[in-house]
Amino acid sequence: MIDVLAQAGVSFIEQLTTSFWLALMLKTVLVLGFFLVVPLGVGYMEHKVLAHMQSRMGPMEAGGFHGWAQLIADGVKFIQKENVVPAAADRVVFTLAPGVAMVPYIAILVVLPFSDTLFALNLDVGIFFVMAMSSVSVIGVLMAGWSSANKFSLIGALRAAAQLIAYELPLVLSAAGVVMLAGATSMVGIAEAQESLWYVVPLFPLFVIFMVSSLAELSRTPFDMPVADSEIIFGAYTEYGGLKFAFFLLAEYGGIVALSGVAAVLFLGGYQGLPGIPLPDPLWMAGKIGILSFMTIWLRATFPRLREDQLQRFAWLTLIPISLVWILGAAFFKVAF
Amino acid sequence: MAIDTTEQKDQPESGVGLGLLKGLTVTMKTMLRPAITVQYPHVKPDLPARTRGVIALKQGNCTVCYKCSRECPDWCIYIDAHKETHDPAGGGRARSMKVLDRFAIDYALCMYCGICVEVCPFDALFWSPEFEYAEYEVDLLIHEKERLEEWTYTVLPPPALEEGAVPAEGGSATETSAQAAEGGSAAEGAAV
Repeated sequence: MIDVLAQAGVSFIEQLTTSFWLALMLKTVLVLGFFLVVPLGVGYMEHKVLAHMQSRMGPMEAGGFHGWAQLIADGVKFIQKENVVPAAADRVVFTLAPGVAMVPYIAILVVLPFSDTLFALNLDVGIFFVMAMSSVSVIGVLMAGWSSANKFSLIGALRAAAQLIAYELPLVLSAAGVVMLAGATSMVGIAEAQESLWYVVPLFPLFVIFMVSSLAELSRTPFDMPVADSEIIFGAYTEYGGLKFAFFLLAEYGGIVALSGVAAVLFLGGYQGLPGIPLPDPLWMAGKIGILSFMTIWLRATFPRLREDQLQRFAWLTLIPISLVWILGAAFFKVAF
Repeated sequence: MAIDTTEQKDQPESGVGLGLLKGLTVTMKTMLRPAITVQYPHVKPDLPARTRGVIALKQGNCTVCYKCSRECPDWCIYIDAHKETHDPAGGGRARSMKVLDRFAIDYALCMYCGICVEVCPFDALFWSPEFEYAEYEVDLLIHEKERLEEWTYTVLPPPALEEGAVPAEGGSATETSAQAAEGGSAAEGAAV
């Protein structure tokens, strides 16, 4: 097992070149390229899926065929907009906030494996790194809300911070359950450990808790109270426009891709395929990310949003106890059998 | 949500989360059905027979009674006319006729209420389902009598009466023009 893990731990880029700087540049380009393309695909899927679930059609004009270029057109539109900063706003913090919200999800993509050699970096503390990064983006939201010099932005940011802190615990606890069963903290190690059985089977409640918590991390429906436009205009992001706003949106969709990828690795066996179906590993991983992203969008189309207190109650009084009990059960299972 | 049970004691519940799953199946079913959107302008909409698009004027029927102009709530019909006298065919006094100089409808003001069409005693005004006459300049929205006459070529024959409907009395325009439509002639309504 250790030999397999050691072998599987070498990125394909390391196998291409021995030069450190060239490898670094290739990895950067790859991860950035992935981050700039795949969330746009998920965003397009959201337009179309939400539309058809609401009996309408979504983008049809941009680019001709079913509006495939809609998000590219949106990107161009955001780039050419005026950079407005409110007069009373804290300029430096206001400008840095989108970056702080977006970069952690790029960092999570760095450790996401698409096969046993197709990844940028196989950190030994992979899952720990992922959890830490997802906590950093909370600071970005707080920065945005505080620096906007707007009461509604501040309330939205505080709601988001409370929500994200509350749901950080179930997220980490469900990941801890997986780490316990896998016996490894590197992402590739966790994926390899699911060769015989995907952890969604013994740890199904933890999978549900992880998905629900990642929705809350991203302020997605039904946990989008901090950004609901009927509630609080757009919460912490109210004063933003143009490229900064586009970065917040990119952070949201990038977060969906990143956290779906992490959930796929933790619970759905990552790039491990089902026996008998001959598809390349990266396609399995892409398929799982696609299905989990679709589920995220499906939940947005279906459910009303939770009130802030219902949200908190749900996290503290339901998710955390269930995840703790299940981890105890998994520990017992692992030691006894 | 089915989590906070203290608020839902009085509601019969078959199970935790079943309502959520039911909601998911509803959205999934809706997604799999084709959307009913009509993609205008690639596809022309299927409009009902009595659609109020634009008002057409048949100048031959107009006797310049000024009723439409007076009844219009918005005062958007502009009429100028003069009297002409003609020699009588056989003996008697000279016949005077009113001749339209200007009949214009200002579609920037028109609210499409149809009062002018209803009130015209001589069936000179008709509804047409044409709606694509938007302009980039607002003064082009005043249609003069030449353009209003052109709209008459787009007027549809009146739709057939529904089952059990009582026909209007006294050989109305509806009846005679329905006959005319059945006869296959151009659909411009009939002079009373």
